[in-house]
Amino acid sequence: MAYSEKVLDHYENPRNAGSFGKDEEGVATGMVGAPACGDVMKLQIKVGKDGVIEDARFKTYGCGSAIASSSLVTEWVKGKTLDQALEIKNSQIAEELALPPVKIHCSILAEDAIRAAVADYWKKQGGG
Amino acid sequence: MRPGKDGDAASALDEIDFGADHFTLFGLAPFFRVDLPALDKRFRELLARVHPDRFTQAGASERRASLQWATRINEAYQTLKIPLSRARYLLDRAGRGVDQDNNTVMPPEFLMEQMEWREAVAEARAAREAAELEQLHYRVKQRMNKGYDQLAELLDDRRDYAAAAERVRRLMFLEKLLFEIDDAMAALET
Repeated sequence: MAYSEKVLDHYENPRNAGSFGKDEEGVATGMVGAPACGDVMKLQIKVGKDGVIEDARFKTYGCGSAIASSSLVTEWVKGKTLDQALEIKNSQIAEELALPPVKIHCSILAEDAIRAAVADYWKKQGGG
Repeated sequence: MRPGKDGDAASALDEIDFGADHFTLFGLAPFFRVDLPALDKRFRELLARVHPDRFTQAGASERRASLQWATRINEAYQTLKIPLSRARYLLDRAGRGVDQDNNTVMPPEFLMEQMEWREAVAEARAAREAAELEQLHYRVKQRMNKGYDQLAELLDDRRDYAAAAERVRRLMFLEKLLFEIDDAMAALET
């Protein structure tokens, strides 16, 4: 099965790969994993005081489609409010990357990573 | 389709209940703690009975059927032989899935540890540290064995299928991790 050009592009030139510093302000982390393929995905968002996502980072251990999905998502969430980021659907990710049906779970993983990161941000803001 | 009774080989096949589930096929009780020597022994017996050599005088459809049965026996054997697939089969049998595609929210500590382990593998591979990879392999294997012990308790003793499914999902990550470690070790050897 061949990867689409867009998947290859993100795979070879991942956007926003890496992590934020541990003590950076406004940083929240979403960790998700897919048992089916053993992929693990970490998505970090850096949220400004105005509630807008300023920057994002990802680290993914998985197949090309999983890496591309998370790379794409870091681009998409930037400049969005948390509510807007939550509107990103896996079907949009799958469509943008032309993922075949067997790789749809990679896009689900990326959508879930956004949810997990936003949930982590709200938890941290809530003060616990 | 059952074979006709016009030959020795065919009647030998008649005694096998191919519609049965995997455990019944091998005459075993449906437990995670399976009698592996008995499984091996029964597997060889069944395979011998459906071996294509016994069907050289049989009709084309029976020869084809013997091949299908051999495939069925092989699949059932692999499913029961491998601990993780045996656990998944038991969960399916109990009407409980593993929900492997949609359940992405594992405990964060578990995923964080998985992430660290993957990083360690990637670093050891890049630095060509075979000893480090062997150490990782050993540690993951130990963790998996502990997981199998827990599965035996959850599936056989407590019948806690929800907790067992959670264990299976964790073990699926460890299995992938072990595969990657072995892949890295193989890459260093060439």
